Amino acid sequence: MLSVKDLYAGYGAIIALRGVSLYVKAGELVALVGANGAGKSTLMATVAGVLRPFRGQIIFEGRSLLGLSPEEIVRRGIALVPEGRHIFPSLTVAENLRLGAAIRGDPAAVERDIEEMCARFPILGKRFHQPGGTLSGGEQQQLAIARALMSRPRLLMMDEPSLGLSPILVDEVFAMISQLHASGVTVLLVEQNVERTLDIADRVYLLNTGKVEFEGTPEQLREQVDIVGAYLGDVRRGI
Amino acid sequence: MRISEMCEEGSEQVNVLQEVLQFIINALSLGGLYALMALGLVIVYGILRLVNFAYGELVMVAGYTLLMLGAGPIPWLIVAAISVGMAVLTSLLLERVAFRPVRQASATTMLITSFAVSALLQNAAILFVSPRAKAVVTPSFFTENFQIGSLLISKGNLASLVVSLLLLGLLTLFLRRTLLGIALRAAADDFVMTRLVGIRANQVIATAFAISGFLAGVVALFWIGRLGSVGPFVGSTPVLVAFVAAVVGGMESLTGAVIGGYLLGTLTVGLQLVLPQSLLDYRQAFVFAIVLLVLLFRPQGLVRGTAVTERV
Repeated sequence: MLSVKDLYAGYGAIIALRGVSLYVKAGELVALVGANGAGKSTLMATVAGVLRPFRGQIIFEGRSLLGLSPEEIVRRGIALVPEGRHIFPSLTVAENLRLGAAIRGDPAAVERDIEEMCARFPILGKRFHQPGGTLSGGEQQQLAIARALMSRPRLLMMDEPSLGLSPILVDEVFAMISQLHASGVTVLLVEQNVERTLDIADRVYLLNTGKVEFEGTPEQLREQVDIVGAYLGDVRRGI
Repeated sequence: MRISEMCEEGSEQVNVLQEVLQFIINALSLGGLYALMALGLVIVYGILRLVNFAYGELVMVAGYTLLMLGAGPIPWLIVAAISVGMAVLTSLLLERVAFRPVRQASATTMLITSFAVSALLQNAAILFVSPRAKAVVTPSFFTENFQIGSLLISKGNLASLVVSLLLLGLLTLFLRRTLLGIALRAAADDFVMTRLVGIRANQVIATAFAISGFLAGVVALFWIGRLGSVGPFVGSTPVLVAFVAAVVGGMESLTGAVIGGYLLGTLTVGLQLVLPQSLLDYRQAFVFAIVLLVLLFRPQGLVRGTAVTERV
């Protein structure tokens, strides 16, 4: 579904990705793990079109995404839940959800989906007419995920969805992700919470300073924990 | 618009109620105009972080259209519509040729670009029209008054009061009810994220510039109606007023711009009323002194925006 080949990208003179190659098959939940600065967020921003790569290829459903703007890439079927949630604080929950469906031209179905989101995330229904900025961190995270789902993406990219959430909410977020995955959504997930991520992922890539250090199943990663643990820095405790 | 002129001459006992009503109408009339000016500036600033100083020249373009077509046989309302249309077109054109190429550049670059565009248009007017202001044919409407009891109301003031409230209402509806309007507000919150949900950057920005041009055009009708003339520098006061009102209200909030506009208008009319004759010439100095005081206590303006500076 998604294949990234030999990708180099970064910010100005800083190169954050140095020849990353990876793929995601339809229906898979693929996780990217690695220490801060490993290039996970850069990879997602590049696939989403926010960053232009220096070199390499990004192919989604057989077509190249290179040179496309973010607004065209979301039309191809990729939605991003960015790190830090980035909900629209001055817009109401309802407006946030409606904008999530900005690329769709089927108002009746959009209305149904909004209702479905409120059923799936009841707190959004309760806060429906409140500005997004008044929501708590966990509520905002749910809104960010719901907003991304409103575009009916075939590939959902989530960047640190559990960051800054209380343990109970972290449980909820992970339950939500596996539920989404079970319902057939293809997911590319970046997480610091390695242990929880390994529990739900089909395959894992370990990134270190802009390169793929390891790829395989969670079991394989666990077996090789002594080898790769050194690269995990902060999250070592999690393994 | 001077209160003393509007009151019936020779009436010794001016009713307090009448004074108050007169004040409210004048304040809402001028304030409404100022609010429209400020909105036109802030709607672009919110998205691009660009203070478009060429905004005043949009007023000028509409003014010159009024000048050129106003003397002809075309009914004034149609001339007015064409003038507003010209301001919209000019605004869209400036976005396309001047601001789009520097959109990725720093805020300073965009600011300087707007100064350059402003100077260019002013000088074009000096060169191709005239360095001096020319009288514009305005409908008698602007100078006529009508009377309710002992209350004398200027038709022009009433019209700008009603039109500004109407436009504010329509703009609010547009921003709350339409997808494009919601996208405009979202873009002011977080531009990158707005693109990530699939809103086309160029479309949102062009819409903001179109609205800005439209507001400048409407402002021009009333502003030039009041002045009775148009010159190359006719836009400098509106753009200054817009900027000051926006800063007082809070640059990052549309509500703030409206509040700032009405506040500035009320202040101006109020000072007209309370200042002794000898100090009336310094009215603007008093207005700006009060603005400075407000900013000392609330540097972010009266209404704080919600925009995130952090980008994806």
